Amino acid sequence: MAAIEQRAPRLGRLERPALAGVLVREIINYSSYWRSATFSSTVEPTIYLLAFGFGFGSLVSKIGGYDYVQFVGTGTVATAVLFSSAFPAMFGTFVKYQFQRTYDAILAAPVDTEELVTAEALWMATRAGVYGCVPMLVAIAFGLDPRFSMLVVPLVAFLAGLGWACFGIAVAGFAKSIENFSYIVSAVLTPLFLVAGTFFPLDRLPHWARVLAELNPLHHCVELVRHAAFGWHATDPLRVGALVLFALIVWRVAIYAMQRKLVD
Amino acid sequence: MSELAIRIRGAVKRYGSITAVDGLDLDVPYGTCVGLLGPNGAGKSTTMKLLTAQAIADEGAIEVLGFELPGESKQARAQCGVSPQLDNLDVTLTVEQNLLVFAHLYRVGRHERQAAIERALEIANLRERRDSRVDKLSGGMRRRLLIARALVHRPRLLLLDEPTVGLDPQVRQELWALIDALRAEGTTILMSTHYIEEAQRLCDTVLIVSHGRAVAAGPPSELVAEHAGREAVEVYGPPDKLAETEVAARAAGLRTRRTGTSVSVLGTDSVDGDVPHGERRPANLEDVFVLLTGEQID
Repeated sequence: MAAIEQRAPRLGRLERPALAGVLVREIINYSSYWRSATFSSTVEPTIYLLAFGFGFGSLVSKIGGYDYVQFVGTGTVATAVLFSSAFPAMFGTFVKYQFQRTYDAILAAPVDTEELVTAEALWMATRAGVYGCVPMLVAIAFGLDPRFSMLVVPLVAFLAGLGWACFGIAVAGFAKSIENFSYIVSAVLTPLFLVAGTFFPLDRLPHWARVLAELNPLHHCVELVRHAAFGWHATDPLRVGALVLFALIVWRVAIYAMQRKLVD
Repeated sequence: MSELAIRIRGAVKRYGSITAVDGLDLDVPYGTCVGLLGPNGAGKSTTMKLLTAQAIADEGAIEVLGFELPGESKQARAQCGVSPQLDNLDVTLTVEQNLLVFAHLYRVGRHERQAAIERALEIANLRERRDSRVDKLSGGMRRRLLIARALVHRPRLLLLDEPTVGLDPQVRQELWALIDALRAEGTTILMSTHYIEEAQRLCDTVLIVSHGRAVAAGPPSELVAEHAGREAVEVYGPPDKLAETEVAARAAGLRTRRTGTSVSVLGTDSVDGDVPHGERRPANLEDVFVLLTGEQID
């Protein structure tokens, strides 16, 4: 028997071919469901934008010096990011390991849990980067002035999307059943979504609430997008830092949760 | 250098208070087809998961293609093909797209990808269905695709977990032909099954597994000769008669097993005295299986 004498080089962590393999799977799959994904990720925030923008907008025309429609139009970018990252991450991840057993197939290939989670999060963050721009484009159609600094909005949406995608994967990793998601949606996502400065400015809130809001990653996303549209603030680099920190922490937590779930 | 594609020594895997694999030893030499035969719950699937490091053993040593698990499992996985028990194809994709995804996951080079896909389509005899969505395929076609998907990168070792479970007899035979062809080409195969006929037809060596442990190992014919003798007599009749036959046979030092509606008295070729009246038949692997794994499945 001709045994193989030389060994393949030891394979490392976070290898590009492994990430690419998982991404290719997502991209090919996306070709079969892009319509519904695009619909839910863009239409819903746009409805919020139009409902609040014109509903409230008829009562309050200006807020913090901005037209209310423009205020909400920039704010709902964060909503679109949340809807196109955290929600697909929670449900998609759960379905893929529980019902479709896709992850069993992927982990039998030379792909580790760390690479699987990272590639999945990168993919959803990319989608969030694109879908996140939709409300702003709608706002531009309703009179928001385009500025060059708005070109960073896809990047902000990508960064925030990365964190929220990892958050969703971690939730799916810890959840015992898909019903458990309603706790997370009601107790975590809905409050964070409402108190992010999307629909009303937070500076009139009591001090403690404003401090808490600074811990809300969605709030940083809202502020960065708004400043990209209306002018940068000195504290913006700190907000970027907060989003990077959020993404890093939930990324490791998501890997831990999925490792526990997928490897016995 | 080891001539074994798989070498397991004393593997133990516990889930809480349940010990799924309990000191299992397993050798798979290159170029052979080895079968893990055991009832449901014997630890076959857990053993398969240990080999891809999707379960980590609590004790013991596992080597796959010369790589030590779990530390070097990624290298081992790169050269293994796995066909899982539960279908995990991407059902909204076409046959060809499923193969393309796996060509990427298993790092088939860009220039070889199309040829690899064509070869896999050929093996699975799915050329004409390459553009069909998986959810439009029959159960047998999906199984063939699962195996072809595991072969897209020309693995040195193929792991088949219950490759024909839940299929019609005709479809099962079709898959046997496929596996037999791979075997003839010299592919090293480890398959788990609880179908005795499947193990008898396809495997060079069979490992009978019960309660997470190997209770016997060897070529099917040797196992039969060693544990069940050459010949058996099958006695039919009402329950009373069956019970009497059992008592009488045991008193004569013969082993028996229930075969549903009958009692099989084993090793009747080696007795000088009275042999119970009934149908004489050659002993088979099923006799060994039931003798070694028990009549009742718990």
